[in-house]
Amino acid sequence: MGTATEHGVAVDVELRINGALARLALDPRTTLLDALREHLRLTGTKKGCDHGQCGACTVHADGRRVLACLTLAVAAQGKAITTIEGLGRDGELHPMQQAFLDHDGFQCGYCTPGQIMSAVALLGEPCGPNDDHVRECMSGNLCRCGAYANIVAAIQDVRRRVQP
Amino acid sequence: MTAPHAEGTAGVVGTPINRVDGMLKITGAARYTAEIPLEGLLHAVMVTSTIARGEIEEIDTSAAEMSAGVIRVMTPDNTPKLESLEKYQREGGKGTGGSGGGRPTGRALSLFQDKRVEYNGQPIALVIADSFEAATHAASLVRVKYRAETPTIEMASALPSAYPYTQKVLGREPPATRRGDLAAGLAAADVRVDEAYTTPMENHNPMEMHATIAAWDGDHVTLWDSTQNVYGVRGTIAKSLSIPPENVRVISHFIGGAFGSKGSAWSHVVLAAMAAREVGRPVKIVVTRRQMFGPVGGRPHTVQQVTLGATRDGTLTALRHDSTSSTSTLEEWLESCVLATRILYDCPNEETSHSLVRLNVGTPTYMRAPGEATGLFALESAMDELAYALEMDPIALRLKNYAEADPESGKPWSSKSLRECYQWGAEHFGWSRRTPTPRSMREGDELVGYGMATATYPANRMPASAVACILPDGHVTIKAASHELGTGTYTVLAQLAADAIGVPVERIEVQLGDTDLPQNPISAGSMTVTSTGSAVHLAAMAARDKLVQLAVSDPESPLHGARHEEVEIIDGRLTRRANAPRGETIQSLLARHGGAPIEEKADAKPGDERQQYSMHAFGAVFVEVRVDPELGTVRVARALGTYGVGRVLNPKTARNQLMGGITFGIGMALMEHTRVDARNGRYVNADIAEYHIPVHADVPSIEVLFVDEQDPHVDPIGAKGIGEIGMTGVAAAIANAVFHATGVRVRELPITLDKLFPEMSIHSSNSPRQASPSRGFGS
Ligand code: FES
Ligand code: FES
Repeated sequence: MGTATEHGVAVDVELRINGALARLALDPRTTLLDALREHLRLTGTKKGCDHGQCGACTVHADGRRVLACLTLAVAAQGKAITTIEGLGRDGELHPMQQAFLDHDGFQCGYCTPGQIMSAVALLGEPCGPNDDHVRECMSGNLCRCGAYANIVAAIQDVRRRVQP
Repeated sequence: MTAPHAEGTAGVVGTPINRVDGMLKITGAARYTAEIPLEGLLHAVMVTSTIARGEIEEIDTSAAEMSAGVIRVMTPDNTPKLESLEKYQREGGKGTGGSGGGRPTGRALSLFQDKRVEYNGQPIALVIADSFEAATHAASLVRVKYRAETPTIEMASALPSAYPYTQKVLGREPPATRRGDLAAGLAAADVRVDEAYTTPMENHNPMEMHATIAAWDGDHVTLWDSTQNVYGVRGTIAKSLSIPPENVRVISHFIGGAFGSKGSAWSHVVLAAMAAREVGRPVKIVVTRRQMFGPVGGRPHTVQQVTLGATRDGTLTALRHDSTSSTSTLEEWLESCVLATRILYDCPNEETSHSLVRLNVGTPTYMRAPGEATGLFALESAMDELAYALEMDPIALRLKNYAEADPESGKPWSSKSLRECYQWGAEHFGWSRRTPTPRSMREGDELVGYGMATATYPANRMPASAVACILPDGHVTIKAASHELGTGTYTVLAQLAADAIGVPVERIEVQLGDTDLPQNPISAGSMTVTSTGSAVHLAAMAARDKLVQLAVSDPESPLHGARHEEVEIIDGRLTRRANAPRGETIQSLLARHGGAPIEEKADAKPGDERQQYSMHAFGAVFVEVRVDPELGTVRVARALGTYGVGRVLNPKTARNQLMGGITFGIGMALMEHTRVDARNGRYVNADIAEYHIPVHADVPSIEVLFVDEQDPHVDPIGAKGIGEIGMTGVAAAIANAVFHATGVRVRELPITLDKLFPEMSIHSSNSPRQASPSRGFGS
């Protein structure tokens, strides 16, 4: 699955994903999301709408949350991209992942990588202290299963521990 | 029959353990359908119609076919005819006769067999290319000429064409019922309520878009499909393509939410198999978000007339509930709105009925609590109106008409804790703080409203099978072709098996979602635990029995000669109850017996207990809303649900699922509405920015409480299922709270400010309440 098209023009793209460099020949229309999922087999980042409406594809670009479905792969070059697969360090879960597990912050798990990536980014954002602030800051990440209350609890738990 | 460990203290069933598949989900390692890597995989994108009714005159695929990367464009012009459908048509198949209707395809699908168009957004062609980008682009190049006909789109104008539904509902319930003498009951009433309630079309919108990958190997096909029903998909593929079911394997390990939409094999599923066969390579179709409005079902529009009559003391003397719902021109699909009404209140005179209206829209389907979610909005709103008309507390009114036995069948309940749900819920919610007069409660600038409603859902159960395999290393494998939709199936089945056998839950591996595993029903209708859970419990118990038998009959075992009942298995170690130090592990026992695993299969099915008892889960839901008096915006400030759902296998996942149900109900009450353009049948808000579902900011803190309920009859594990009940009653509770806050009764969902505000301005500050179209206390 190295080349995107058998007949079309492919462009060389160099992406830095989770600290590793990946070189791909891609159809220039390829989004970062499809580059991850279809070409790099990093399927932890989810596609829920492909239109920037659901947050399932949230990844970090240079530490900030971005929607991978609204980012062309070619435009992601030169940025340090972090996906859910790269969130833990040395085989350890990120505290946010553990909190999602303990607070049962998910059901089907499909929105979950996006929720976790948003939640981790939120830790470095100027988000107010209350549950309502977190709800506001997380409203770009939809969860149709409706695990919202547990997601907020998980995030607040981590915030209390890392930002006392 | 009760589980031996049901009351045990050491068991893991009933404890809030973390999900056993949680690690996979939080690390991104859980693999959903579209993520299965296959060599040579092609991508296909559906082209859909842009008219709602008519005939395709011409499809021009030349530009698409010339487009880079395109392998094939399938249209009605070049798609091979399916023998199965031709035979069905020859034999007079008309597409009527319930949702299945004896069709080889199950649902009425769009498989390019003819050129008819019956709704806007119907699949009419498929572009197969070597990349998603190439297929998407080429799909936009397909040009279609139609001979358009005038479609029927709007429910309101089509209502005169409504016709009674005459088949069994869900294959078992009568379409209409009558008990006692309704006219006499109405005549005897001091107070009457007679109102129409409407609910709009809605769409499930699970976060994972439907996806299918099909790969052929000779005359065998494997489908990875985001489905709630692997055996159902296998049957549909086999029948549609006229191949033996054994040649079809369907796999569905993780489903990214479903809520009913993934319960049927829709057009794209069969198209993927057809396309892969055509091009001789594996093909993947991911339905786009827009295509999830129409081709994969949704909740139909309903118009429900509810008539209630009661004497001054609140005793119901008459109850009538007539529901008309929309279906497509392709199928008769019924939203079973009145079933809950038949069993909820002890009213001697009652009539219920279902009718249908055919529209040129996508065929509706089961959507979370189909029938109950919609039906209870009408009934429980009407009960609130009656409570106001009687100047009676709404809980007191419900208790006054409490059904001690199933009022329709006369059968006793297998268990029912609704009284406790009302009382306990009211207590925890602080219902006594409610002053009943509309607009009488405020906080700051906001109007405050309290509302409540009853929740109920039947305890469904179907035949299911499972295999339990105790391995020589002391681990256990459970195999059952059920599904993980986010409902916690992997987790609760592992818990059941762990307790039945006596090993730690970490040593249980559960395998689901594969037709190579024992047959199980669709994971829907809140029946996975009752059906599959029962089978797993029985299979695990049988394997345990065999293990114990092996030990007591083995002269080398420390348990030799013990009576069967004396043997206890804790943490994978078999001991004699009275003499715990003497014992051995599963590993040592099996090692002496050639290291062969112990495997037992169980087939579980409901028995005649279903003839003896009426089986339903019940609950009560309470909400507080805040309404801005200047703007008419509604916010749910808190919600609380109390439920009697039998045995709760895992309070952590159960609570989450019920909160999810309540959240779904908030969406139904306040935002969800699939809008269709009346001129051309186009789905106007076919994406998840315009089709509003609750987001973080819409969902307050939600409390879920379980009444401790023992049900010895419902199934071997005493559980009733919880997938749907959380969403039932919520819309009515919110509508009732909005009335309490504002004095405005909104009978048409969703409760948006365009419906609320004009009436509210009539009510505002000093103007007299008589202007109200609703029944308030009139103060
Ligand atoms: S897939 Fe990117 S926001 Fe939905
Ligand atoms: S866990 Fe299913 S969508 Fe969030």
